[in-house]
Amino acid sequence: MKLKKNIPLIDQHDKFGFWGGKFGGSFIPETLKKPVEDLTKEFHKLRKNRNFIKKRDFYFKNYIGSPTSFIKLENLSSHLGGAQIWAKVVSEANGGAHKIYNATVHALICKAMGKKYIVGDTGAGYAGKMLSMAAKKFGLKCKIFMGAKDIKRQKPNCDAMRRNGAEIVPVYSGSQTLVDAVSECMRYWVSNCDNTHMCVGSTVGPNIFVKICGWSTAQISRELKIQLKKEFKKIPKKIKLINCVGGGSSAYGFWSEFIDYDKKNIELIGVEAGGPKKSKLHAAPLSRNAKIGILHGAASYVCQNSEGQIQDTESISAGLDYPGVSPIHCFLKDTKRARYTYATDEAALNAYKMVTKFEKLNPSLEPSHAFAEAIKIAPKLSKDTILIVNSCGDAKKDRDILKDRLGKY
Amino acid sequence: MNNSLINQSFKKAKKENRPALLTYTVAGDNTKKKSLEILKSISKYADICELGFPHNTPIADGGQIQTSAYRAIKNGIKINDVFSIVSKFKKFRKDKPIILMGYYNMIYQYNENKFIKKCKKSKVDGLIVVDLPHPENKIFASKCKKNKINFIQLISPTTSNLRLKKIIKDSHDMIYYISMLSTTGGKLKVSPKRIIKEYQKIKKLNKSKNVVIGFGITEKTIKLLKKADGLVVGSAICKEITKSIKKRQNTVTNVTNVVKKLNNKIK
Repeated sequence: MKLKKNIPLIDQHDKFGFWGGKFGGSFIPETLKKPVEDLTKEFHKLRKNRNFIKKRDFYFKNYIGSPTSFIKLENLSSHLGGAQIWAKVVSEANGGAHKIYNATVHALICKAMGKKYIVGDTGAGYAGKMLSMAAKKFGLKCKIFMGAKDIKRQKPNCDAMRRNGAEIVPVYSGSQTLVDAVSECMRYWVSNCDNTHMCVGSTVGPNIFVKICGWSTAQISRELKIQLKKEFKKIPKKIKLINCVGGGSSAYGFWSEFIDYDKKNIELIGVEAGGPKKSKLHAAPLSRNAKIGILHGAASYVCQNSEGQIQDTESISAGLDYPGVSPIHCFLKDTKRARYTYATDEAALNAYKMVTKFEKLNPSLEPSHAFAEAIKIAPKLSKDTILIVNSCGDAKKDRDILKDRLGKY
Repeated sequence: MNNSLINQSFKKAKKENRPALLTYTVAGDNTKKKSLEILKSISKYADICELGFPHNTPIADGGQIQTSAYRAIKNGIKINDVFSIVSKFKKFRKDKPIILMGYYNMIYQYNENKFIKKCKKSKVDGLIVVDLPHPENKIFASKCKKNKINFIQLISPTTSNLRLKKIIKDSHDMIYYISMLSTTGGKLKVSPKRIIKEYQKIKKLNKSKNVVIGFGITEKTIKLLKKADGLVVGSAICKEITKSIKKRQNTVTNVTNVVKKLNNKIK
């Protein structure tokens, strides 16, 4: 299994859609074959179409607000000593998280395909909120599938979705979290694929959805590459790019431009959700060595039991609370290009406390997992090491959890 | 596989001038013992019995079958129990075909070859794997054929003509036509006339294949689809199990009555 150079990772799959011969694919019911095929053809056409690219770039700039800033966290760095800690503040994007890139692109594709309805899944509520925003912006009717447990714990994002005119469909089956929301959304699409477009909220699901999402979030690293050259005159010699990984859409977007670099030069570190310290449950299939399985139309490392039943997960962060992970991250793990680890709920909360104490930054619980790793390794590293954390979401949505766990927000 | 039990069942139904009746129940719903009893009892009125091996993330199933699947898993059903249910059933009625139906991850975790071997040993006649479509299923399907197990291809209203031809070419004795764009157990939103028209399109391409129609078929609608080679009823049966449990009634008797009625409607 080997990575190719000069080809975007999203395109390094075989004719059946597998990365490294075993991750990804399209394990879908017959009914979805045609709509998936149509979408694949359309996307293939659009990404080569100059007008479409122009449109995308226009909305990325004027609607999403690209580029998001790249800042040094001076106080945090000097407090910890060791490496310099920087942040790519993706949470500045319209709506407050990276999910807006994928949502905007899906809305544009939906329009191009002449469909009037768009549906999507959401965990933390950001994917749903952004899809509802994009739907409103482009005049589409929108339905969001969300686990009942997540609706309760991410209320601010639900309020936003409703304000944008989207219908939230609560999902009561299974664990009532993201995994069930994705299943229910796919079921809805099976029944309505003739007039409805589906947006999968991360780099997961059947092959084409991994590709569209990765293609959209890649904007993050395109910006970062320019910003790095501007800040340091050239790409520094020792960089570590740290990103939280749930499905893995922000991590892929943060890394895509840097995958061809040597890992001694630019190390890629993915941080999964380790769950509560004392719990056996987690949402860390990569770093806790889950077996390969098929979930939501793709093969990836999946938290599951020996029979193949998908396991319950547990994490303080609804956005990372998912038993599977993107096939492209499985590929990056097996080729050893990226290193994956996890942070517990407690570590993420502590990281949140520390970052907000020293910096004018308010990272949500998802990137707080990435900050936990940065805080852990920074003191041991040299001053010329540049740690960059993708602060991919804003903590407004976590208001209730943070109040409950830290006594304040 | 000309003399397969599945083929024979269709021939028998054809002789009686009626479509074959296929039932779907979930193994282990609501217990291992009960699901075997139900299977034994309904086999008097059904021509082919489909038995689901339940998965907890079923992306193509509607509410009724999901409920049955979750109930069975909660009550501890394991893949090996499913095989033992089939073995026991086959000792009771070796002439009745059994088709196992489920999602690919369960087979993948069990190991494809081991799974097929186990199917053969417990005398499973056919397999339906919901999320392993054509052409991805080619290798697995040919492994099944080598072991005299029917791999059943699915066709849906969205299947293109080109795909249709390829799928039929690679199919075995039976083809499953999904009546409409829906998960299992949805309300029939397409007229039976249109469904039969689509069905005939498939039949025209190869008359020797037995084509069954499933999804959304109930006591009310089954008669209108009588022209088909076979008709599958699943959700309506699972619903009856749920209802009987709620009312604390005998699931075996109630479900058998439903199947008996279905059988009467297509005579």
